[in-house]
Amino acid sequence: MSETNYLDGNAAAGSLSELFAVDLTAAIAQCNGCGHTAVFAEAHVFVDAPGMVARCPGCDSVLLRIVTTPNDTYLDLRGLTYLRVPNS
Amino acid sequence: MGIVSPGFTGRRRSGTELPPGQYLTREFPVLSAGPTPHVLPEHWEFTVTSETGEKYKWDWAALMALPAEEITKDIHCVTRWSKLETTWKGVSLDTLLADVETGADYAMAHSYGGYTTNVPMDDLLDGQSWIAYEYDGEPLDPEHGGPARLLVPHLYFWKSAKWVRGLVLSDTEDLGFWETAGYHEYGDPWKEQRYAGD
Amino acid sequence: MERTAIRRRLTWQVGTVTDVRRETETARTIVLEVPDWPGHLAGQHLDVRLTAPDGYRASRSYSIASAWSGSDSSTIELTVEQVPDGEVSPYLVDVINVGDPLEIRGPVGGWFVWKPEQDGPVQLIGGGSGVVPLRAMLRSHASAGSTTPFRLLYSVRRPESVIYVSDLKELASSDDVDVRLVYTRDAPAGEPRVGRIDADVISQYAFKPEDGATTYVCGPTPFVETVADLLVAAGHDPARVRTERFGPTGDSR
Repeated sequence: MSETNYLDGNAAAGSLSELFAVDLTAAIAQCNGCGHTAVFAEAHVFVDAPGMVARCPGCDSVLLRIVTTPNDTYLDLRGLTYLRVPNS
Repeated sequence: MGIVSPGFTGRRRSGTELPPGQYLTREFPVLSAGPTPHVLPEHWEFTVTSETGEKYKWDWAALMALPAEEITKDIHCVTRWSKLETTWKGVSLDTLLADVETGADYAMAHSYGGYTTNVPMDDLLDGQSWIAYEYDGEPLDPEHGGPARLLVPHLYFWKSAKWVRGLVLSDTEDLGFWETAGYHEYGDPWKEQRYAGD
Repeated sequence: MERTAIRRRLTWQVGTVTDVRRETETARTIVLEVPDWPGHLAGQHLDVRLTAPDGYRASRSYSIASAWSGSDSSTIELTVEQVPDGEVSPYLVDVINVGDPLEIRGPVGGWFVWKPEQDGPVQLIGGGSGVVPLRAMLRSHASAGSTTPFRLLYSVRRPESVIYVSDLKELASSDDVDVRLVYTRDAPAGEPRVGRIDADVISQYAFKPEDGATTYVCGPTPFVETVADLLVAAGHDPARVRTERFGPTGDSR
């Protein structure tokens, strides 16, 4: 049975755009779990949850979490070794 | 801030008395923060680790051999849906923890797939929590946490960890998956403890 | 490198519905007037947020269906397919009216986009309402007068499910654009094939790996997974296949 209960990194674009001046969905992301390196848009994003969870398409490790509360937004980037963004 | 959308009410029913900010659903929404683990009962194992590091293990047959209870409870999800009189079958945590030597105040539930959530020991005992393996008379579906999930219905439903594989008991309170990302460490729906600081 | 301008933090703003168009029994296009719209790239999307009188909120993400036509344009189009038991889509398809406000946040997304200056031919593959951002790319192609070869493979259940019917006919009349429909349940008279996109369809109608095309695949998650796997199996460079998945559960996002 294939697992299809996720979207992709594009689904996180709106929430991320509230926090960052550059579009991170086109950034190259490295997974801290397995080293898989790919554009963030290819991440598996789970949205039917109390927060938004992006996971590595290689190993399913959590790359990023975003929780929006009435007063604050929590952003957890622990699962990313880096995000690579072009300078121009 | 923002606007009101003319004519929008959302997918809600009103009526019965619910915790503040909740609405009633007849469906059983599936929430998942990751891929659904497909754990076969024969591979399933449940481990309680006490604060001294001692381990107590049950396999599926051992779980089935324990006295089970029929449970009918309302459940409340922090994403604002509530479902009334859900029926479950499972083993009380009182039964599972009866022979565990511990004075710990806190437990961290761990799941297949890596999910965690913290629950005080006081909320796991005295007929308040179960390891549930049937829902509505059927084996618990993987998308709802099967083969077995933690059931702590008096707290928001994220505390009822799906695909539960163990409890780690501790003298100190650590925070779980959602609790480290802005959700309330305890999560009482009647006090509307959704977010940290509520 | 120009980074001196202080970018305004993107957040919710209110647009006004100026027109609605029924596309199919279950899909509708909403035309929105958004003051100070900063412009968008073909393929970008936005988030829509609905608020009930008691403060209850629901938000979903929708692709922008129109191309941006220049600095003075503050009009955008969204096409919404109604999801059974959905929460936001039924409101957008059946309830919201001309003159109503709609709260949006966007445009967002910089990956699943096509720019007229981009090199190489373009293969578009859409399933159901996954055609929406692809239509924006086709519109952008037309309005830029681009001669880049474009091919669209569009998978639909039946002829009545096709959105943008007249639009696609018009676009397909261009020498540079090829439109091919694939019917999964019922085909119109004269179209013998009924079935999902498979390896044969890909090899017959899509650009070949050596053509150096960029491929954009959009649709429900299972559709995208299947098509992306077929493309890679057919020898396409995964780095040239861009995907956007929507709504596996409930109401798109």
